[in-house]
Amino acid sequence: MKRRDFIRMSSYGVAGTAALSGVTTDWFGLYGNRTVNPGTDGEQVVPSFCELCFWKCGILAHVKDGRVTKIKGNPKDPLSQGHLCPRGAGGTGILYDPDRLKKPMVRRDMRGSQEFEEVSWDAALNEVAENFERIKTRYGPEALALFSHGYGGNWMKHLFHAYGSPNIAAPSYAQCRGPRDVGFDLTYGWGVGSPERTDIKNSRCLVLIGSHLGENMHNTQVQEFAEAIRNGAKVITVDPRFSIAASKSVEWMPIKPGTDIALLLAWMNVIIGEGLYDRDYVEAYGYGFEQLQAHVQPYTPEWAYTRTGLDPDPIRRTARIMAAERPATLVHPGRHVTWYGNDTQRSRAIALLNALLGSWGRKGGFFVPSAMDIPPYEYPGYLDHEAQVADRPDPSAYPLADQVLAQGVCDATIPSGIGDSRIKGWMVYGSNLPTTLPNPEQTYRAIQELDFLVTVDILPAEIVGWSDVVLPEATYLERCDEVFAPPWRTPYVAVRQEVVPPMYDSKPGWWIARELGHRVGLPDFFPWQDSVEYAKTRVEAAGLDCDVLQRDGVIVGEQGPIYFEEGAAPVFWTDSGKIEFYSQKLAAQGFDPMPTWHDEEAEDPPQGYYRLLFGRSPVHTFGRTTNNRLLSEVMDENGVWVNRKIAQRWGLTSGDRVYLQNQDGVRSTFSAPVKVTDRIHPDAVYVVHGYGRKAKKLRQVYGKGIDDAELITRFKTDPIMGGTGMNVNFVTFLRAEDVEETSAAGSSLESEGQEEEVMAGLVSPAGRKGVAV
Amino acid sequence: MSDVRFGMAIDTRTCVGCAACVIGCKTENATAPEFSRDWIYTLLEGEYPDVRMTIRSERCNHCEDAPCVTVCPTGSSHYGPGGTVQVNPDKCSGCKACITACPYDARHIDPRSGAADKCTFCMHRLESGITTTSCQEICPTQSIYFGDLNDPDSKISRALATREAYVLKPDAGTSPKHFYLK
Amino acid sequence: MNEITSTRHNHLIDPTMHVWGWEIPLYLFLGGVVAGVMILTGIRFLRGQGREPSPALALMPWVAPIAISVGMFFLWLDLEHPFNAWRFYLTFKLTSPMSWGAWILLGVYPASILLAWVGTPERHKARIGRWVARIALLRRIEGWAKNNTVFLARLNIVMGAALGIYTGVLLGTMAARPLWNSALLGPLFLVSGLSTGAAFMLLFGLSDDERRSLSRADMGLIAIELGLLGLWMMGLATGGSAAQGALAVILGGPYTAAFWTLVVALGLLAPLAGEWLEYKHGALPGRGTAVLVLLGGFALRWILVFAGQATGWVTEIAMR
Repeated sequence: MKRRDFIRMSSYGVAGTAALSGVTTDWFGLYGNRTVNPGTDGEQVVPSFCELCFWKCGILAHVKDGRVTKIKGNPKDPLSQGHLCPRGAGGTGILYDPDRLKKPMVRRDMRGSQEFEEVSWDAALNEVAENFERIKTRYGPEALALFSHGYGGNWMKHLFHAYGSPNIAAPSYAQCRGPRDVGFDLTYGWGVGSPERTDIKNSRCLVLIGSHLGENMHNTQVQEFAEAIRNGAKVITVDPRFSIAASKSVEWMPIKPGTDIALLLAWMNVIIGEGLYDRDYVEAYGYGFEQLQAHVQPYTPEWAYTRTGLDPDPIRRTARIMAAERPATLVHPGRHVTWYGNDTQRSRAIALLNALLGSWGRKGGFFVPSAMDIPPYEYPGYLDHEAQVADRPDPSAYPLADQVLAQGVCDATIPSGIGDSRIKGWMVYGSNLPTTLPNPEQTYRAIQELDFLVTVDILPAEIVGWSDVVLPEATYLERCDEVFAPPWRTPYVAVRQEVVPPMYDSKPGWWIARELGHRVGLPDFFPWQDSVEYAKTRVEAAGLDCDVLQRDGVIVGEQGPIYFEEGAAPVFWTDSGKIEFYSQKLAAQGFDPMPTWHDEEAEDPPQGYYRLLFGRSPVHTFGRTTNNRLLSEVMDENGVWVNRKIAQRWGLTSGDRVYLQNQDGVRSTFSAPVKVTDRIHPDAVYVVHGYGRKAKKLRQVYGKGIDDAELITRFKTDPIMGGTGMNVNFVTFLRAEDVEETSAAGSSLESEGQEEEVMAGLVSPAGRKGVAV
Repeated sequence: MSDVRFGMAIDTRTCVGCAACVIGCKTENATAPEFSRDWIYTLLEGEYPDVRMTIRSERCNHCEDAPCVTVCPTGSSHYGPGGTVQVNPDKCSGCKACITACPYDARHIDPRSGAADKCTFCMHRLESGITTTSCQEICPTQSIYFGDLNDPDSKISRALATREAYVLKPDAGTSPKHFYLK
Repeated sequence: MNEITSTRHNHLIDPTMHVWGWEIPLYLFLGGVVAGVMILTGIRFLRGQGREPSPALALMPWVAPIAISVGMFFLWLDLEHPFNAWRFYLTFKLTSPMSWGAWILLGVYPASILLAWVGTPERHKARIGRWVARIALLRRIEGWAKNNTVFLARLNIVMGAALGIYTGVLLGTMAARPLWNSALLGPLFLVSGLSTGAAFMLLFGLSDDERRSLSRADMGLIAIELGLLGLWMMGLATGGSAAQGALAVILGGPYTAAFWTLVVALGLLAPLAGEWLEYKHGALPGRGTAVLVLLGGFALRWILVFAGQATGWVTEIAMR
């Protein structure tokens, strides 16, 4: 390439323009060029942390003329390190979403009708407080349940603890990460937490089982994933779908969905059988290794082939790669792991495999994190310790659940054969239950049984339409929240600050909780004036400088030893005080003490049906961001991924619109375009979660694509901890033109307005059958 | 003053195609809604289960022989600082010759101004002393290399010297300064 | 199997480019007609010294400034920032066909208007003539023009040829659009412009001799145009994969039927046959064949402008 010597940084403008195009003229001096400055640099730059997902990356928000112009990563923050994922960069899309809830509202019509009256905050809060008091008097405080997702929910949790209800559930447990943390806890006496203690950047071999890093954009993990690849780490991906991560892998193992435990057992068989495991580590820290050794003996790769569809050769090959790189081999624990109802056992198998490779507590495996010691705010004692958690049918069920089960709380709202329901009122904070819990039909039934439902949200999601009182919350850019000091490589504390004042008549969560606290007679629990004062009290109690925290957004402490080899203490909070290859706790409860393959747990799809799998797009945090107009520019609708050979069988081409109908005859409310692809196992179809939204006031995303949640009418509950395995549904295709033709023809027979009610989510579309292709 | 010749390279080995660059560009440059100056392109080759995927973050290639500059009748499209290709909206008549001339379809009309619009390599940042483009800054996988191709010690020059790289449509004869590292 | 996805969905660019709408082919068509009229009337001036043109032919040079104004209006309509059009005249860019075009258009006016004025019979000049006579500068220009008709006629031929070639080169230099990217597009559009110019003139009340000679010329022009089209397609067929892919849009692709019926069959072969039959049987050339030629010339530009833009890589599916 020849350099053009006339192009100089110092001589652009007139001279630069005259270049190259031959004879140009400069007449009338009108020929100068200017650099266009879009003018998005902030007059103020406010550090805070993100809430587009739950990773909590440090951000710098630029404010100009009172508007947030752009959001950058905070280079001082240990999680973002100055970089953001697309969602974090698109945070203004939620702040300036024209569909935001703007005023407190009270329902004046039948539940679900979405007819509300705008009221003052005072009136709305009084109504909520009256209902809280009424429920407490009549049924006891534990009859009021909280569903919460997001960092602002901490204020509501505090309110509930003070009020006296232990029924505080987060779908992030039994619908997401719960089985993983229980599985690891049973093995190491530790969960993996969030942000996960995975030392991805130092891994020499990274094994991903259904974990789609790169589509799941947890910022630090993806940063470290790239760093590992740059450093030449070998990635092995097990996924029925050729994920982004699979495309970066030395080995993609397109496993038959639901057979991961068989593969994990075969890997252990090879690693133990060929003597490739970390003998010293196992001897020093392990308990019950001999039992495991005997246990995995029959599970050869050849045996696994018949279950997983994976050739024995790659199984052996990958096992040897893992062993060769140990202890810097990280078998990633995943995050959303509620798949098949045996998820705790699968997570335990992953934990055991890591233990054989000696990666827990080792560089390139799992580091030993530490958190900054920020003393809690001094309150009087909480009142909830006496009360009964109402999240399981009987006290002996799901014995190893260590958090409240959201699905169970939902079930406890419905009167059972034994008697009246135990839950009478809900507060739902930032968590759209109909698209979060499996079998939305059950959720809607529970809602119908409620005495009272209040939601705190930013957008008019489906759950909002069913509420009695709607409290519009300020977005993360408009509020100060609880400080954040997670266990991490380096202990640190981050602060969320108000970047711009709340828009419309929205209020921050702390204010809502405090106002309610005062109204229900709990002023002692809300002695602070605002969240800034609260945060200052805690930060100062830790001996830290509040001004520095406000200026920098974070204060980072000293990093101690994070690996055993550096001197981190190998402490295991298990019964044996060791890494439990054999779990006495599981044995005592009548569960398999070691992960075991049960043929009956694997299911083949019925003829003409495909296993429904769902996951993430890098630009969305499921339904929380699909209405974000900025992010929707990149992806505004989900598609149905269909294996090319299957699509040919059905005569489908990319872009054809289909409805999905599941094994119980439930059909998706809306249709989505088919994506014909060689990237997916022929047994499965895949959609990105968070579309097919039925809330009409979400004007950007309403009616776009398919909601997988409404097709998850079946789920398998993990007997160990109550996680709801949701990848157990099978769907078939209905051509959109056939369905719509049938609906049009049938609409005269159906009652007027039923279509409308289905759209509003009032009536299940179940049973309305279309014509098969 | 030494010659500066700005170029960009995408590490396709680490790029996950998350589109942070796209959103980062949109907010940094306040581009028109529904228009993008950069985008994610993916190419899947092969048949299940033997497939390979290429992921690229793409934008204006800031060609050395830029057809858009060649065809521009008003001098609005021009070679700007550091060998970049720039558009001066004050001079643009919106004739769209540059759009049809670009083999990469990297240009569009900004409906707000009626002028041609495209990636500027964040020239406003570079001129204010910031040494990164917004896409490069935001990129969580740090797959975007940007810098002076004439400086043999710049990160991009070293990457191009040590790794196999390609440009898009080399046969179009445009000599792009935007590279893709294999 | 290749699966391509892209997150880009820029309006008028994706999934296939269509930034130029109906205005451009209409402008190119009118530009071609004007080029043809200028060249043909220029030739008439040089060749026909001493012979009196028919009243219609005498006024024919006026077509150029009028039609080019209409064409430029369409071009102006296509501009996204029309009030920056004056910027064309602040520079001359050697490499930009559009810059050439802007200046050529500026040259078309004086050349064609002066020739038209000189050739207009005095009886038609009426009030404007008296008005010109009153203004010294105009009087002096008129005097100069009358003394330099040969130069003016030659200038019209040159400007007409430049205009005709430019309308093709405008597309032909777009390397990014393989369907256009051929040096033959300039001559092709020039010849097509001459042919449509002749056809346009045949619509008016020319003398029998004038009609016959124009029709004879048109037969030759159509034959040359067919040859150029063939060469153009051969060039694409023997070019790289991009050129071959581009050619496919008129050989089996979406524009095949339109191209072969409207351009080749109805626009070229049918009028050629008609003109030949008229010639063979000594009949006066009719207006029917002329209309077909004009439609064919318009269809050629319409199809090329639209099909050409669509050639390039095409996204199959968006990010889902």
